Amino acid sequence: MEHATNVEQVIKRFPKAGRDSLIPILQAVQEEQGYLSEDAVVRISRHLKIPTSKVYGVATFYNQFRFQPKGKYHVVVCRGTACHVKGSAKVLDMVTKALKIEPGKTTRDKMFSLEVVACMGACGLAPVVNLNGEFYAKVTPMKLHRIIEECRTKERGNG
Amino acid sequence: MSTFTIEANGQKLEAKKGETILSTLKRANIKVPTLCHIEGLPPAGACRMCVVEVEGSPNLVPSCSFPVAEGMKIKTNSPQVIHTRRTIIELLLANHPDDCLYCVRGGNCDLQSLARNHGVQVRRFRGARNRRDKDISGPSIQREPDKCILCGKCVRICEEIQGVSAIDFLQRGSKSVVGTAFDKGLNVSSCINCGQCIVVCPTGALHERSNVDDVLRALNDPESFVVVQHAPAVSVTIAEEFGMKPGADMDGKMVAALRRIGFKRVFDTSFTADLTIMEEGSELAHRVATGGVLPMMTSCSPGWIKFVETFYPEFTPNLSTCKSPQQMMGAIVKTYFAQREGLDPKKIVSISIMPCTAKKFEASRPEMGRDYTQDVDYVLTTRELADLFRIAGLDPATMEPEAPDTPFGERSSAGKLFGATGGVMEAAVRSVHFLLTGKELEELKIEDFRGMKGSKELHVKVGDLNVGAVVVSSLGQARRLLDEIKAGGRKDIHFIEVMTCPGGCINGGGQPIGTDIEAVKARMKALYQIDRDAPLRVSHRNKWVQRLYDEFLGKPLGEKSHQLLHTHYHKRDVMV
Ligand code: SF4
Ligand code: SF4
Ligand code: SF4
Ligand code: FES
Repeated sequence: MEHATNVEQVIKRFPKAGRDSLIPILQAVQEEQGYLSEDAVVRISRHLKIPTSKVYGVATFYNQFRFQPKGKYHVVVCRGTACHVKGSAKVLDMVTKALKIEPGKTTRDKMFSLEVVACMGACGLAPVVNLNGEFYAKVTPMKLHRIIEECRTKERGNG
Repeated sequence: MSTFTIEANGQKLEAKKGETILSTLKRANIKVPTLCHIEGLPPAGACRMCVVEVEGSPNLVPSCSFPVAEGMKIKTNSPQVIHTRRTIIELLLANHPDDCLYCVRGGNCDLQSLARNHGVQVRRFRGARNRRDKDISGPSIQREPDKCILCGKCVRICEEIQGVSAIDFLQRGSKSVVGTAFDKGLNVSSCINCGQCIVVCPTGALHERSNVDDVLRALNDPESFVVVQHAPAVSVTIAEEFGMKPGADMDGKMVAALRRIGFKRVFDTSFTADLTIMEEGSELAHRVATGGVLPMMTSCSPGWIKFVETFYPEFTPNLSTCKSPQQMMGAIVKTYFAQREGLDPKKIVSISIMPCTAKKFEASRPEMGRDYTQDVDYVLTTRELADLFRIAGLDPATMEPEAPDTPFGERSSAGKLFGATGGVMEAAVRSVHFLLTGKELEELKIEDFRGMKGSKELHVKVGDLNVGAVVVSSLGQARRLLDEIKAGGRKDIHFIEVMTCPGGCINGGGQPIGTDIEAVKARMKALYQIDRDAPLRVSHRNKWVQRLYDEFLGKPLGEKSHQLLHTHYHKRDVMV
């Protein structure tokens, strides 16, 4: 319910919104909630009088929107040109296999979530991965695997 | 309108200014294949299947969207055109599951026949086979997205004709799919089960939930007493499934074929259409006399009912509480008929044959039955009936016509008119006039309610009352009307007939695949012909309906009617 009120408050910032405000509203709601919940999409579509299928269709067209809350560990893999040249495809491939999720998704235990971005503007450090705000430079599949394992060990310790 | 001459394949054609190349060619019976084009809707230009060569133009042009120009010289079958078409087909097949043998549309698929007609025999482009989960959640409609070629027709029909927008394009690029909000099952979407998306789909990506096997099982169960009813639109359509010209009425032949298959009784849904008129007409008269909720809206089209429950719940009190003719038949078969024949209602399996996919949903509504039995057990579409005939090796055209069974075989032609838009209204006006004034209408045929127009209306003098009657077909039309009423307009209307599918049941989502408007018109004409020639043309003079009231129901809107023939509606919480 807390979420719901937040969404309503965000929507209220766009009182005379029409179809062309769809993207800004989606961005604002994701900013607030961290993702676009079903409830949020329904509220947005009601506000803009656009069918939910359309709102969802538009939102899935762009990589920036996610539909599950972030995990405790949020992994962002850069797929910009520099990172690509330095082998980010392999890094991404490893992490999707290790976490068993596609970009944009969150693991069932809500521990990890994965995101892919076009460029983080840290090309000198390519390939770059960001974990909960912390940058990791010159990441190899092996290195990232170790980082993920460290997180898991820490969690097991906590549990 | 100004016309001029163009040339296609060396042949001179008359073209109208402003129309597309495709329209001109079509009139001249020159065929150009299309995949994404829907007759009557603005061109989408998505598939490029319809390209033609225009002299002087450097590139091929899509004929579905390109306007004709004076003196234009077109080639529809030049080597370049054929090569392009073939390449498009080959690209579409690159990730396609080649499942034709196991596919509902095998033998009746645009993609398959295009490939065959263009001599595509090897897989030139090899992509990873599409693998996407089927959506079998819907009560009426099932989706197989891996057979989808993204032509977008379903999306546009759902939005532009039906005003529902249950589905749309999701994701992008190579991940593009057609799906619902959050890619959930159709059963929890705003889909109203009309099946209009199925009839426009060029492939097997959309089809009805089949009940053919359930029916075969029932027919082979010695414990079951299997009865069948058929809707008004089916007998004027089924001929087309067996290669005959549209517009033939095969009523008697179809009855004979149904008996051969093993149905113990063959009833006519038009009988309960007459019954519906008695109940609904009385309900209207009652609402007018007692200041009840008006305008009253018809309730025989289950897609429309779910539409109101989903998008306009504030109008549920306007819906007539009458069950549809299908459900009324189901209810009296398992009560009156069972008693009459000394049968255990639980042993009766009640089948209905409908031009409609939403009827499957309707039959499964929890309100529709009693004592843990459903009014109607299985619904087959016209297409499934054709499948059933083919399985049984029957060609109805070769049968000697037979009469339907008593007690629910007799019908007025007013009941038969239920199959076309305006037909319920025409039947209702004939009977309401009699019920309120004691006199028959002088002219039974009411021209204003006839024809394919999406919205029709007439003010009819019934006694002292000037009844405002409006008829709409397609939910896009219904939406416009409801919005007008919501905004406080149209206080002059008393009664509204809504059919979910454009043109009515004759163009239902369970009818033959394809959108041949001429075929739909021929079916409509066949219904009008039946009405013109019928000895009994008004519902209130149906002897067996009267007998049903005398022996069992009592009177219209009486207690028994209330229990068996009426229902209620509720707001639906789905993602709209
Ligand atoms: S959709 Fe058409 S081409 Fe594809 S498997 Fe079915 S019949 Fe074959
Ligand atoms: S059945 Fe009707 S409402 Fe449902 S998706 Fe198809 S066109 Fe839309
Ligand atoms: S489901 Fe059928 S109609 Fe819809 S986009 Fe796919 S192929 Fe076209
Ligand atoms: S039919 Fe013309 S582009 Fe598809």
